Amino acid sequence: MLLKELTELNGVSGREDKVRSYLRTQIREKVDRVYTDALGNLIAVRGLKCQGPKVMINAHMDEVGLMVLGIDSSGLLKIGSVGGIDHRVLVSKPVLVGAEEIPGVIGAKPIHLQEKAERKKPIPLKGLYIDIGAKDREDAGRWVKVGDPIAFATKSGPFGKGMFKGKALDDRVGCGVLLELMDLEMDFPLYYTFTVQEELGLRGAKVAAYGINPDLALTVEGTSAGDLPEATAHRVSTKVGKGPAITLMDGSIIVERRIINGLVSTASAENIPYQFRELTTGGTDAGAISLTREGIPSGVVSVPCRYIHSPVSVLSLDDYHNTVKLVRGFLETQLETVLRDKG
Amino acid sequence: MKELLKKLTGVTAPSGNEEEIRAAIAEEIREYCNELQTDRLGNLIAIKKGGGAKIQFAAHMDEIGVIVTYIDDQGFLRFSNVGGLSPFLLVGERVRFTNGAMGVFGREKMEKPSDLTIEKMYIDLGVSSKAEAEQKVEIGDFGGILRDFTDLGQRVVGKSLDNRVGCAALIEALKRVKNPKNDLYCTFTVQEEVGIRGAKTSAFGIDPDLGIAVDVTLTGDTPEAPKMAVGLGKGTAIKIKDQSVITHRKVKEHLVKLAENFNIPYQLEVLTRGGTDSGAIHLTRAGVPSGVVSIPARYVHSPSEMVDLGDVEAAIRLLVAVMETEIAPDCW
Repeated sequence: MLLKELTELNGVSGREDKVRSYLRTQIREKVDRVYTDALGNLIAVRGLKCQGPKVMINAHMDEVGLMVLGIDSSGLLKIGSVGGIDHRVLVSKPVLVGAEEIPGVIGAKPIHLQEKAERKKPIPLKGLYIDIGAKDREDAGRWVKVGDPIAFATKSGPFGKGMFKGKALDDRVGCGVLLELMDLEMDFPLYYTFTVQEELGLRGAKVAAYGINPDLALTVEGTSAGDLPEATAHRVSTKVGKGPAITLMDGSIIVERRIINGLVSTASAENIPYQFRELTTGGTDAGAISLTREGIPSGVVSVPCRYIHSPVSVLSLDDYHNTVKLVRGFLETQLETVLRDKG
Repeated sequence: MKELLKKLTGVTAPSGNEEEIRAAIAEEIREYCNELQTDRLGNLIAIKKGGGAKIQFAAHMDEIGVIVTYIDDQGFLRFSNVGGLSPFLLVGERVRFTNGAMGVFGREKMEKPSDLTIEKMYIDLGVSSKAEAEQKVEIGDFGGILRDFTDLGQRVVGKSLDNRVGCAALIEALKRVKNPKNDLYCTFTVQEEVGIRGAKTSAFGIDPDLGIAVDVTLTGDTPEAPKMAVGLGKGTAIKIKDQSVITHRKVKEHLVKLAENFNIPYQLEVLTRGGTDSGAIHLTRAGVPSGVVSIPARYVHSPSEMVDLGDVEAAIRLLVAVMETEIAPDCW
């Protein structure tokens, strides 16, 4: 299953190699050209010889994770975070360290050794370490080294009623959507861009957009769904099962009205459920792309995911498939209107 | 100037929604430039050639505001801020959306006033149902503060003097300049309040030799104000540094020299918190020497910002002096 394979790959920001290789093998036969740029973005083009506006659709390959910062004398690993992780979700999670994916566990002082005051607070990152079962520093050094990326050891798969769980749904779900659109027939050059280091500050996208210089860009993301029992109705942001979420504005971009209208028109015409992303904080690759060179009109469509940036996230497979439909429909029917109508 | 300020501050144009203010400004300057363009992000660029160096002047035309994020079953709106808007300054204020709909800001009950956040506020359109509300606004609609312009004589008060006063100064300078000695690219930029975005892309397109932003700055001259040397009525401010830029020393010196030569009252400015379009311009491509001509203002980002017309006049005269003094493109 595509989503399962994508989410079980380890690709912490800056070390997206395995995701990149996997994607390359998946798309090689289906595209006119595929290349990797200086930062490691994977860029595939279909319709290279076509006239028409240059369009870019993008998703980021990287996931939030950890990194080995040091090995102490007892063989335990000191860690730092890569990208924004809520440190409270880390203790006692199983992980995989380095390219060899050495299994480990995130440990901390056992409860009977904690002071009363300590037990009341979440354990800070510096109180956590990774145990790979090594005897001492020398032993550990045979398996892992400082700088090794660390990913959560989460097995993905469908569960419940039409739901899917896994790590890195943000943004393997976007990568999945791009892969599902490799059969699009269109008469313009389409750049499928799999970016790096989004979680560290939209870095890959900045560079990729400068190189490609498209006329329009659409980012496909995984976004936070807060539809939980105690949530206040207007603070939920997005709800799982209610369809792809269209961004109006976030911390990195105010999406142009013509793009929002194009997406809504597509959804209405093809009876695709959709919602608006209500949070106006956070940022995506579209933010970096929109400010490249003299500006590139950009939009964002997201699959709602619960428990984002943690070892396990959850989404609705219907939302995933509807996101594919929405992006497909937008690219097939709205480009002329959107590009002509300068707002 | 008062009429121009009243006209410009009367427009509702929050970041990302600058159509109306762009049209109003274009109407003012159309006859005073060789060419008028609108770029991809919506920046308005007025070009007046004079030979020599390419100078980009930048005055942002957007204002802080709100965006509708949710409509509840009773027709109350939930919203988020666009740019730096404090909830404490919204209680009791009124809002006007770009489509003309109007409303009032309300707040939930709370234990203590300091608990107030944007999430605990809502907008009341004066309707009785969700359906009625949906006739007036949609999720994603943008609005700005609705407040009158007040003439106090030497000083005036209004919403969005940040940065309609900067726009007015640049408009007036463009109207007065008779003998430009440089190629002038007067840009009225978009989306400054959400991250100096329009300046970034317009500077890339123009690729200027020199950048000068025109914006408001704060003052330290009110009771128990944080210490700052700038005050109303002491002339135009020449910026040394803010959080986004350390102005190019030679640009600053050029501005000071012009002010002294032409007897323009000026003050030097260091702003500890805040940024301007020059923050984006100076980092474009291989870098652009940049400075800022600032207009001192009190109560910035409130519904009642205040400026001194003498300071505005000084800023205009300094801008004209820059425009009419030849600069060699590579003199930095």
